[in-house]
Amino acid sequence: MTDFGNAAKACAVNPLKLSPALGGALAFLGLDRCLPMLHGGQGCTAFSLVLAVRHFRETIPLQTTAMSELSTILGGADNVEQAIGTIYDRARPNVIGICTTALTETRDDDISAELPFILERHPEWQDLDVILASTPDYAGGLEAGWSRAVEAMVQALVEPSGRRRTLRRVNLLAGSHLSPADVEELRETIDGFGLKAIVLPDLSGSLDGHVPDDFVPTSLGGTPADLIRGMGESVMTLAIGEQMRPAAKALAERSGVPFTVFDRVTGLEAFDAFVATLMDISGTGPNDRLQRQRSRLVDAMLDGHFFFGGRCAGVAGDPDLALAMSGLLADLGCTVTRAVTTAQTPATEHIAANAVMVGDLDDLEQGLGESPALIVANSHAKDLSDRVGASLFRAGFPVYDRLGAPQRVSVGYRGTRDLVFALGNLLMDHDDTHPHPAGETTGERENHDRHIDATLAAG
Amino acid sequence: MNKNKLAAAFVEPGCAVNHDKSDRDRKRGCSAVTLQPGAAAGGCAFDGAKIALQPITDAAHLVHGPIACEGNSWDSRHALSSGPSLYRTGFTTDMSELDIIHGGERRLYRAIREIVERFQPPAVFVYVTCVSALIGDDVEAVCRIATEQFATPVIPVIAPGFAGSKNFGNKLAGRALLDHVIGTREPDHRTPYDIAVLGEYNVAGELWQVTPLLDRLGVRLLASVTGDGRYADVASAHRARVAMVVCSQALVSMARELEARYGIPFFEGSFYGTAETSTALRTLARLLVDQGAPEDLLSRTEALVAEEEARTAEALAPYRERLAGKRVLLYTGGVKSWSMIAALQELGMVVIGTSVRKSTEEDKARARHLIGAEADLFGQIPAKELYARLKRGDADILMSGGRTQFVALKTRTPWLDINQERHHAYAGYTGIVDFARQIDQALYNPIWRQVRRPAPWDQPKEAGHD
Repeated sequence: MTDFGNAAKACAVNPLKLSPALGGALAFLGLDRCLPMLHGGQGCTAFSLVLAVRHFRETIPLQTTAMSELSTILGGADNVEQAIGTIYDRARPNVIGICTTALTETRDDDISAELPFILERHPEWQDLDVILASTPDYAGGLEAGWSRAVEAMVQALVEPSGRRRTLRRVNLLAGSHLSPADVEELRETIDGFGLKAIVLPDLSGSLDGHVPDDFVPTSLGGTPADLIRGMGESVMTLAIGEQMRPAAKALAERSGVPFTVFDRVTGLEAFDAFVATLMDISGTGPNDRLQRQRSRLVDAMLDGHFFFGGRCAGVAGDPDLALAMSGLLADLGCTVTRAVTTAQTPATEHIAANAVMVGDLDDLEQGLGESPALIVANSHAKDLSDRVGASLFRAGFPVYDRLGAPQRVSVGYRGTRDLVFALGNLLMDHDDTHPHPAGETTGERENHDRHIDATLAAG
Repeated sequence: MNKNKLAAAFVEPGCAVNHDKSDRDRKRGCSAVTLQPGAAAGGCAFDGAKIALQPITDAAHLVHGPIACEGNSWDSRHALSSGPSLYRTGFTTDMSELDIIHGGERRLYRAIREIVERFQPPAVFVYVTCVSALIGDDVEAVCRIATEQFATPVIPVIAPGFAGSKNFGNKLAGRALLDHVIGTREPDHRTPYDIAVLGEYNVAGELWQVTPLLDRLGVRLLASVTGDGRYADVASAHRARVAMVVCSQALVSMARELEARYGIPFFEGSFYGTAETSTALRTLARLLVDQGAPEDLLSRTEALVAEEEARTAEALAPYRERLAGKRVLLYTGGVKSWSMIAALQELGMVVIGTSVRKSTEEDKARARHLIGAEADLFGQIPAKELYARLKRGDADILMSGGRTQFVALKTRTPWLDINQERHHAYAGYTGIVDFARQIDQALYNPIWRQVRRPAPWDQPKEAGHD
């Protein structure tokens, strides 16, 4: 029975939550030639920038309206106008994505009302799209900000299409828990059914880790605004993660495109559902490659389940990420003793764990129970997992002490298989055989080998 | 923010930058640099205050604000501790919408109580942020009451982000220490060799490259403000005989105040490079002797300097050979714009340009004198221009902070971190050798030849292979 709870404490200890404005900015990086900007103090941007640079190991375009004490009192519309002008002159982006912060929302800057007047005063910016997302810090975490930014993109750009449809074209709304490589994997799967996907937002071109030929001061790659305008003509919207439901709904309301929300696409059954939908839309079956990938995943689950069964783990992350990771662990027989997440969303109640709570990393640490073997969380959980003696699998944001986090695939048959291997290897490393009665270890290697022999014999 | 306090923070006769300013500029203060919306970079005052105080390792650091301030920044600074680890725990009130509507004082009070009851720290530092400042939470009053109720010093740090730059936040942190901490404890005992070091945060363990030298001289680091610091030590910093301000314009005001209140003489110095380290040790010794320490400290210092310099020269010799003539582009600021040049020239490297952001006129003159007339002194340059220069092959290596790391790497140019996020310590005599080793590793890694190779499809066709 899942026990839901909110921490009753006044002080967050080792926070799990990141700011929604950061999530919004990351989403805007998935638009082509976009420059995201936080409407807040310069520190709001500086902190976000440092985290994003460390996670992606890339230069991250991100600006600030640089609110001071004075401009906070007088109102920030002038700063917004000035910032757009400066960015436009220097970087010539196609899109500027503005994310508000707690500072400007508490102050109650009404930028959505001011923005039309600002743009009216500057006809020279007519080739520029300015999108505003309300992402105050006090409402949710990174995922919430991402979700609101994508909804804002849809509201700002998608054109009502009437009943015109482009056959064999779908929309893919990608949640914040997907890596650039995950997005690529889903797109390829969709391609395999002879369908074309418009992905929103699409980090797979902008933050996939590559060496461009020249320096560009904006995002490079990502979804072009013109493609977004035409999303209303797709036959179907596939939304990945509950967080994408509002955007999918907004799209449906604007243009009548029906949508399906997949709460996760990690795991065999979960991805089967995604594939079944693609079969329906396309009217064709899966290609040989996809069939082979499924068979390989089934084999990986057969080989790997020994190391998951009966083990205990803790999971921390934004709701959709926690749902996907807890779900996969549960799929393989691993008990998630506690999952900690950052907000109450429709996904929260479907997280497969003995206890689910909205809280921080300290809540995770206190609720792991005895002998947790594995922690799934971001890099901040390193000290925690050392203290409790569990292996750490880094997932979510930020992951700054591992190479290639943005390039890791965790979705689809292929990604799930890789994930089963990675998690299984960590569980294998984590020795839970019985200690020597006298308290002396007989050598980890020996124990480990015995464990393998036993499991081989059992298999 | 209290207007008098703000004005007081700007009074800075001891600061070299201020010295160099005209009367009019001086009156304007140093935070009057207006940030340009859409083109600003750098941290806020809260960031600066946290950087300056968080290295007090046994204290709890509680951020009173919405999630961005602590959630996005905790666990990302590399100030190291030789013991307590409480300073690394992220504490925040994570203000909700309701806290903002009803005021956050109650939550703050409860948060302090939770921390004191569970962790029993010697002190709690409470950081005001933009939002808690904007809604008018009386953090000073909450701290006062909490101090009484919980019999634990609870120190308000009034440096909300929108008050100014990171540098200004450093200053405000210094004010908080002066107002609430320094002078509140007495050391167990005193010696004629007691010093305080200000503005060294033990990033990557740099303080520990210096403390063995002090130990050998019998000089006691009474209070480190604040690298690897302990609350009680910082509180007794007023009993130091001499204070050294390390590479920091920001804490000069604090040193000046210590001098005015307690008669502690201070000097500004650096531990980057052999020459600077030797100068710092000699100055420390001289000031201590002036304050009444036995005179033999001077000769012992000379002996130590001679021994260490000889050892360092020997250790550097093999690197010098490999690094000689390599062209360095320096992108840093302040004192480092020239102190780093000296260290690099010691290695035989050629500095083709250095940025002089946040540097004083004196810093600039020293940099110019060191690198010669042809080299370039520049301010902040856009990433695009930096990219173009590196792409052209102007430099063999870029040394800068993490922000420009990927600008360099994308041009396939070696890069070395010399800012505060780095993981390697470069202070003192051992530090310069580590520095040389890191440069050598960056320059001579075998990847450079490979990653600069054209792809097979871009290669001119060789005869016989078509």
